[in-house]
Amino acid sequence: MKRLVWPAGVLLLLLALNVVFTPSFLSIQVRDGHLYGSLIDILRFGAPLILVAIGMTLVIATGGIDLSVGSVVAIAGALACLQISLDAGLITAIALALGLCLLLGAWNGLLVAAVGIQPIIATLILMVAGRGLAQLITGGQIITVNDPAYKMIGGGYWLTVPSGIVIVAVVLVVTAFLTRRLALGMLIESVGGNAEASRLAGIRSRGILVMVYAFAALCAGVAGLMISSNVSSADGNNAGLWIELDAILAVVIGGTSLAGGRFSLAGTVLGALIIQTLTTTIYSIGVPPETTLLFKALVVTAVCLVQSRSFREKVFGGRKRAAAPAVPAATDRTERETAGLPGPQDGVRP
Amino acid sequence: MTKPGDGRGEMALPAPVLTMRGIGKRFPGVTALDGVDLRLLPGEVHALMGENGAGKSTLIKVLTGVHAADAGTVELEGRRVAFAGPLEAQQAGISTVYQEVNLCANLSVAENILLGREPRRRGRIDWKRMRARATELLSRLELSLDVSAPLSSCSLAVQQMVAIARAIDVDARVLILDEPTSSLDAGEVAQLFRVMRRLKDQGIAILFVSHFLDQVYEIADRMTILRNGKLVGEHLTRELSMVRLVALMIGQELAALERLHGAHRTFDRPLVEARGVGRTGAVEPFTLTVHEGEVVGLAGLLGSGRTEIARLLFGADHASTGEMAVGGSPASLRTPRAAMNHKIAFCSENRKADGLIPDLTVRENIILALQATRGWTRPVPREQQDELVGRYIKALKISPPNPEQLVRNLSGGNQQKVVLARWLILEPRLLILDEPTRGIDVGAKTEIQRLVAELSDGGMAVLFISAELEEVLRLSHKVEVLRDRRLVAELPNDERLTTDVLMETIASGGRGR
Repeated sequence: MKRLVWPAGVLLLLLALNVVFTPSFLSIQVRDGHLYGSLIDILRFGAPLILVAIGMTLVIATGGIDLSVGSVVAIAGALACLQISLDAGLITAIALALGLCLLLGAWNGLLVAAVGIQPIIATLILMVAGRGLAQLITGGQIITVNDPAYKMIGGGYWLTVPSGIVIVAVVLVVTAFLTRRLALGMLIESVGGNAEASRLAGIRSRGILVMVYAFAALCAGVAGLMISSNVSSADGNNAGLWIELDAILAVVIGGTSLAGGRFSLAGTVLGALIIQTLTTTIYSIGVPPETTLLFKALVVTAVCLVQSRSFREKVFGGRKRAAAPAVPAATDRTERETAGLPGPQDGVRP
Repeated sequence: MTKPGDGRGEMALPAPVLTMRGIGKRFPGVTALDGVDLRLLPGEVHALMGENGAGKSTLIKVLTGVHAADAGTVELEGRRVAFAGPLEAQQAGISTVYQEVNLCANLSVAENILLGREPRRRGRIDWKRMRARATELLSRLELSLDVSAPLSSCSLAVQQMVAIARAIDVDARVLILDEPTSSLDAGEVAQLFRVMRRLKDQGIAILFVSHFLDQVYEIADRMTILRNGKLVGEHLTRELSMVRLVALMIGQELAALERLHGAHRTFDRPLVEARGVGRTGAVEPFTLTVHEGEVVGLAGLLGSGRTEIARLLFGADHASTGEMAVGGSPASLRTPRAAMNHKIAFCSENRKADGLIPDLTVRENIILALQATRGWTRPVPREQQDELVGRYIKALKISPPNPEQLVRNLSGGNQQKVVLARWLILEPRLLILDEPTRGIDVGAKTEIQRLVAELSDGGMAVLFISAELEEVLRLSHKVEVLRDRRLVAELPNDERLTTDVLMETIASGGRGR
């Protein structure tokens, strides 16, 4: 819980900034049976990013990374819209799109777990090839569909709540259940924390990795449906462009280490909301459009720095910092050997 | 104890190239070196002997300027020196070749030999002269290679020679070889030794560090033995028997051996049998049977193959030959999971790398193997977790007794107990313990020893690996002796078996019995 303090603080600060510029920022109204308000908009427009970031959290917790989720977003939207335009039926369209996403995710997982390619390279393959696949599906065009049922996924409402928010809530609850109620979370953290020790403890890490990459792609697929449904069209070129970078950022801001190990779903949601709020803020406080990217970068840098404990200690006073160790840090073995402690007697393994 | 330079027929000896006297080095909390002397004579191979933690590495680091000594003097050819770093030492003529070859595999042989010292002409590298110089240096080692070929195309042994060629290019008078043979096969070792003899004939003093006794006896003229940071003695190799050497390295303790287990039991129900199981480059094929309720000790020096045997029996590494059987029927132990299904558990010696998940709590670390066998869909119920973890925290006296503490914050001994608890809750039939008492305090050590005896009385088989022969003798029903990656003897643990007998067996390689 303690590590959620910083991202939560940053989010509150951003919201407060908005209230200063737009006094009605916090008001939420019900209009025509739908919830309206800036906060609702942030949640609604942030929904795809939150989804992608949830999947990314698990991948990063295993010590990996998934660059292909943006392409998967485009593929899901493209296939679904193509099927609908061919009158395949809504259920078939969604099932085919999500099925393909699962397959692509499993492909990523196999490249990482079975073939042993570094995650950044393995998913880079699909990141590039996936855009091509999406364009193949759409035939290089933007497919426009007119299906009110499909429109409901991203643009509809359920009991006054935008359906995107409902979908995110459901996915979040399911993910939390799988990882925290069942043992998936602990095994993921174990594999990410120490892969070799996990193997020796009998964990089948390959299966876990394939599952996690498939889950990340599934999340991206749902986000893709949401995005394409919202605009009733599929754009293989631009849908989900750079969303993987925002998602990685959200995970990191949320306090999950890129080195793998402990992860926090709540932190990731906060991180994604910070990014979405930032985008909203940029418009509402009137930052010139040509400087928005730079402005965003500056804020993100500041957030990351303020979260780093060593940075805070350096800047805001090093009173609590312990004296530097007299001996430079060394690996366990050399430390023991140089220090003349009783050491490993059989440690040399060819 | 023979002190260096105390006369006795050494009149004809040439003046030492290098003399270290009274070297002391302290790290916070430990004395790594205490009054150590070392001298290297020109044209001699001098072996530096000692178990891990004896201070060999620290001494080499002091010599090459990596560490500054707290006490003592270093003299190179009669002049007092104190190097600020390895580069200075190298420029003064002391070159070191480390165990891990520190070369760039993607560069050519010639580039590797002359990296940073390339012959230049008008500011550009003179490739022709560079190749000629590299060829000349290699010919000093009686090697002829294509020096423009990439280093990665050469065998490990040749890479080692290239590292040596690089080291002697700077007019070396002292060459330090730190475990140069640990990844070489017999033919490659012979090739390395030919090179070493040739360098020796050229008057270079060679300091040789190796854990292979045979190799030391084959190549070294003289040896200095360290134990616990102190000098044990300097001896001529031909005057020191292997038994004596092993005794000096390990240090004999005359404490009476209290064997923990009761009357001799007979074991007739084989649990795990390995027939001709081996792994190329790790351990020669061995045959070993562990019976139910039996404690089998593995004794041998560092690098003798003890851990390798343990890893093969647990499926952590793949065996390249041989067959295994569990409970009388053939079994394939190709993965840790397969071994766990046969109720085999393995506590690794390297708990940081192979045991702990530092970011997880004590509870999660203890429950991990049990959870792994159940898969992620069937979590161990929280009440059961708390009950199991609480029981083992109490039984093993894990401190602090807080199951939600991150395991990285525990002391070494308590971390070891956490790993032990992880395996005990699986109720294994064979528990493999690789150095379970290493680096932990005496109290915890006794507790773990007592636990092993209790488990064995309860019918669990234990494969017990320890560098301390006393401990092996104390706990084992039979002792398997290893040497140079080969299982050389199996000794029943009766009254006649003493640490002396064990040491003798290790030293003679089982040939004496």
